[in-house]
Amino acid sequence: MKWSGLKKEFQYIIVAIIVIFFAFVPLFGSTYAITLSSTIMMYIVMASCWNMFSGPAGYISLASGAFVGLGFYASGFLSTRFPLPVLMLAGGLASLVLAVIIGSITLRLRGVYFTIFTFCLVELVKAVMTWYEIMVVRKRGLNVRNFGPNAAFYAMLVMVVIALAVVVIVRKTRFGMALTGIGESEDAAAHIGINTTAYKVSGFAVTAFMMGTVGAVRATMLNHIDPTSAFNMMFSFLPVLMCVFGGMNTFLGPIIGAIVFAALQYNLITKIPQIYMIIFGAIMILSILFMPTGIVGVYERVRKAIENRKIQKVGGHL
Amino acid sequence: MAMLEINNINCFYGNVQALWDVSMNVGEGEIVALLGANGAGKTTLLNTVTGLVKPASGHVSFMGKSLDGVPVHSIMEMGIAYLPEGGRTFPDMSIRENLEMGAYPRSMWKTRKAGIDRMFELFPRLKERSKQMASTLSGGEKQMLAMARGLMSNPKLCLFDELSYGLAPIMVTEVFRIVQSLREDGITVLLVEQNVKQSMEIADRAYVLENGHIALEGPCCDLMDNSYVKKAYLGL
Repeated sequence: MKWSGLKKEFQYIIVAIIVIFFAFVPLFGSTYAITLSSTIMMYIVMASCWNMFSGPAGYISLASGAFVGLGFYASGFLSTRFPLPVLMLAGGLASLVLAVIIGSITLRLRGVYFTIFTFCLVELVKAVMTWYEIMVVRKRGLNVRNFGPNAAFYAMLVMVVIALAVVVIVRKTRFGMALTGIGESEDAAAHIGINTTAYKVSGFAVTAFMMGTVGAVRATMLNHIDPTSAFNMMFSFLPVLMCVFGGMNTFLGPIIGAIVFAALQYNLITKIPQIYMIIFGAIMILSILFMPTGIVGVYERVRKAIENRKIQKVGGHL
Repeated sequence: MAMLEINNINCFYGNVQALWDVSMNVGEGEIVALLGANGAGKTTLLNTVTGLVKPASGHVSFMGKSLDGVPVHSIMEMGIAYLPEGGRTFPDMSIRENLEMGAYPRSMWKTRKAGIDRMFELFPRLKERSKQMASTLSGGEKQMLAMARGLMSNPKLCLFDELSYGLAPIMVTEVFRIVQSLREDGITVLLVEQNVKQSMEIADRAYVLENGHIALEGPCCDLMDNSYVKKAYLGL
């Protein structure tokens, strides 16, 4: 991950302002604002954590939907008996276990094969859950206890802080270096003594854990869940879209992408539910075509252009 | 006993046999060249040493310890640095970061600063460019960076695969000069090369691999006079 452009400290300050802003929403905002902010924060966690592993390591995962879905169902099964933190932990651990199993089998696959497998994984888990509900319990979906908008809100806020801290820590340690090394040249990384499989699996598992926890919180905001709402491909695609739009492999990029897209989704889904996916698709295509390095990359380019112009001006006077 | 011993290796890709009962050894402090044309099995033989390819039969041992079943990432901590063909640097990392990566195993991480200084002494050209991205280097500089990264781990044995691959003649000479200087630091070298003439000039002994068989072996001074080698490889 690169800090690209803005000074590192300045980026921390921007993020701190965003977090503090969110923290004050329940004091002044309406219930709508609280729910919207919770959703935005969920996507900040998902996009940042997705970017933490898939960005540097170059393994594009579409399994996010499966991990969020497991979080949903952890909440569904346990919410009547346990408090919210326990549900989050359960959701996280369930996702972590799935990621370790799946990761140790499939992270030996390279490139697009890994992506295809993770894509199918969401459908696979969904099919298993649907079968379980139809054949075993004979009841579609589960009711989830609602802890109220404020509880969900603060749980998401805590997860945002934890997620961003994890992202920074991973970035700063040898763990992040190893992931970057794997992404740039996996063979070379193995030859200099990096146990590539172990690092890939643990990176994937940390990401999964975070997605499972926010999934568990999300479920409590919905009252009722079923396999279709839990193992939703949108949860897989949106983090990727947010990272591409904001800027892959940057610190601020996924956060910007998450805020823009979550807000956009919330507005469009109520106003033009039939075509909002088309709009998302168009934005995706346009951002890949015209800003492959995302918003952060555009900022970088503009800054460089201004600098060059300055240099030219100075040159003119000489 | 030799430092690296390769005994009776047979190796297959599917049904095709790539190596036929190949045995060779590298003694401590030696520079040994493994020569042969494209497809002779040179890289396959190296891959059996690093564990990337599992031989159907035969054994490899390093300093008396068997390398059978040792994964690629552990080979390095045993004191073997392997430089794959074409260098394989980390393109979007700076030269300094590339070198740091070379000291990745925990036991070496603490001494990485001293290691980098040592590498800058050995490769002054890298020092000038220490903040540049590896992708901006020329082919020869990339090869030097890859060598330096391999040497960061203080290896006892270096396996160099096609060091001269794609380099300008002047860089080939430069790179070979560095290989020769490694001997003074007590590093043993196994050089896998197509560039027969220049390898023979710096190596003590050489093995010639043809279609998966060891066709010839012996001290380089003898091989240089061998009429077959002259005709087939030196073009004399």
